[in-house]
Amino acid sequence: MSTMTAPADAASRRVVDADAAVARTRARNGITETLSQTLIMAWRALKKMRRNPEQFFDVTLQPLLFTAMFAYIFGGAIAGGVHSYLPTLITGIVAQTVLTTCMATGVQLREDMEKGVFDRFKALPIARIAPLAGPMVADLLRYLIAAGLTFLMGVIIGYRPSGGVLGVLGAIVLAIFTGWALAWIFTWFGTIAKSARSVQGMSMLILFPATFLSNAFVPVGTLPGWLQAFVKVNPISHMVSAMRELANQGTIGSEVGWTLLAGLAVIAVFAPLSVRSYRRRM
Amino acid sequence: MQMTATAAVDAVGLVKNFGRLRAVDGIDLQVRQGEIFGVLGPNGAGKTTALRMLATLLPIDAGQARVFGVDVAREPHRIRQLVGITGQYASVDEDLTATENLWMFGRLQGLRSADARAAARRLLAQFGLEEAADKPIAQFSGGMRRRLDLAASLITRPPLIFLDEPTTGLDPRTRGQMWDTIRELVNDGCTVLLTTQYLDEADQLAGRIAVIDRGRKVAEGTPEELKASVGNSTLQLRLAPGADQETARQVVRRVAGAEPVLTPESGRLNVPLDTADRAADVLIGFREAGVGIASVSVAQPTLDEVFFAITGHGAQGAPEESAGQQQETAPVTEVK
Repeated sequence: MSTMTAPADAASRRVVDADAAVARTRARNGITETLSQTLIMAWRALKKMRRNPEQFFDVTLQPLLFTAMFAYIFGGAIAGGVHSYLPTLITGIVAQTVLTTCMATGVQLREDMEKGVFDRFKALPIARIAPLAGPMVADLLRYLIAAGLTFLMGVIIGYRPSGGVLGVLGAIVLAIFTGWALAWIFTWFGTIAKSARSVQGMSMLILFPATFLSNAFVPVGTLPGWLQAFVKVNPISHMVSAMRELANQGTIGSEVGWTLLAGLAVIAVFAPLSVRSYRRRM
Repeated sequence: MQMTATAAVDAVGLVKNFGRLRAVDGIDLQVRQGEIFGVLGPNGAGKTTALRMLATLLPIDAGQARVFGVDVAREPHRIRQLVGITGQYASVDEDLTATENLWMFGRLQGLRSADARAAARRLLAQFGLEEAADKPIAQFSGGMRRRLDLAASLITRPPLIFLDEPTTGLDPRTRGQMWDTIRELVNDGCTVLLTTQYLDEADQLAGRIAVIDRGRKVAEGTPEELKASVGNSTLQLRLAPGADQETARQVVRRVAGAEPVLTPESGRLNVPLDTADRAADVLIGFREAGVGIASVSVAQPTLDEVFFAITGHGAQGAPEESAGQQQETAPVTEVK
């Protein structure tokens, strides 16, 4: 075997010591590391949002436009007047906007994963969940904007929630939580789909029936019986009912409980699924 | 020279299948600590795939790999703490500035905020990127991206660096800078495993070279050993239009005792030589045989010639890089 031909002064100024580096390695990340890595990924996502403000169009324009449009167009027909429709409508729009935002989470993740920087994320000793959960933490801001703006727009039009400030805040928090939980489904789409476009397609397929075949915009009693059966089990209906309990009555009822439970169940199923398929995709 | 017992990389029988295609077909690699090891081969030979397996970016289908004695398949998390990898395509975040990128990668690997910032500053200075520190990457030239990418791999000073075609697409000046940087890494005590399509690059940097073709290792040795197998230099001739190519081939066989690499369409003829002196003998042979010559140059052998000598076929899949000398490859477009 020939001798090693590193430059002659190789030994003169060793900065890197392989044996020490091996000794320093750890077999896995702890909870604290995982958490801090997730937060750094969230920082990255927030930076990107600030540099591409057009990402906020969906969470700002949609609530403003849809609230006004739906209120004035359907208010008379559905509830006999704009004002009497608002308690039904506002929570429905919140649910719809939050779901659209979830979809954006999946689409953006897919786009992001195609970029070179994800290669580096995979090569780094970081928790596999961090690149997925980080952007989702940053998205909490988007849910907040979406839910907050919708209520604000409602109040401007004349909505006076009987649940009071606390009730509305509760509804907003619930919307943010539900949005965050449901976003894991779309994140999973993001990790299994071939392209961002197909994530969008898959999401639309779920989104439209889920929001319109619910109690979000119309009283369930007006629907044919077979449709009522579906609407009643649709989780979006529960989410909307729970928000109505909070915002319009100021009470925490069983619907809130069911919504929280469903959210946790979604996270428990789709977070591991997402991490698994992200890991596989390498 | 002092040698540590554990190899930086010890891979035996690495296999990777993509569907029916066997991209890596039983490659063994032994890289010693502190050396620059070159993996030479054309596009599609399996270099990148092998590297990605060793860096835990691809599962290993068969075979075994250890990095500083740590099993790659069993303890990927440990491997990721020991290896810095820089790919052919810049893996930095386009929307962030250079400093933000380095800070983020430092933080992700457990550096405290101030330490990450200091490391970012140090690396930007080391790679001559200080002026671009707060510019978004989108404004970077190809060479700057590569340097930033390498800097990003070095934040936590990993003892083993994988460089996947570190200079492909770079202009000659930037290429030279990259070579200096790689040498410095080894001076600092790092081990470097690099892939390249350029014999010249492997020759410049690597202490040992493995030649990979179609997923298999076809040769291994020092640059000198490899070059000796093809001759130390190459006589490049372009025959005059109408010159008899078959006669030319026979003259080369007789005078230089070697098989020329002939491109019939362009009348190009490459002759491997033991010493550059033999060029004169070949030229005189041509004059005597009445073979006209349009142009003459003597150059280092190319990857194509090494391949021809070792495998009996050219380095397919990389025509533009392997057909000529490096000077002929177009420099990367600088940013507008």
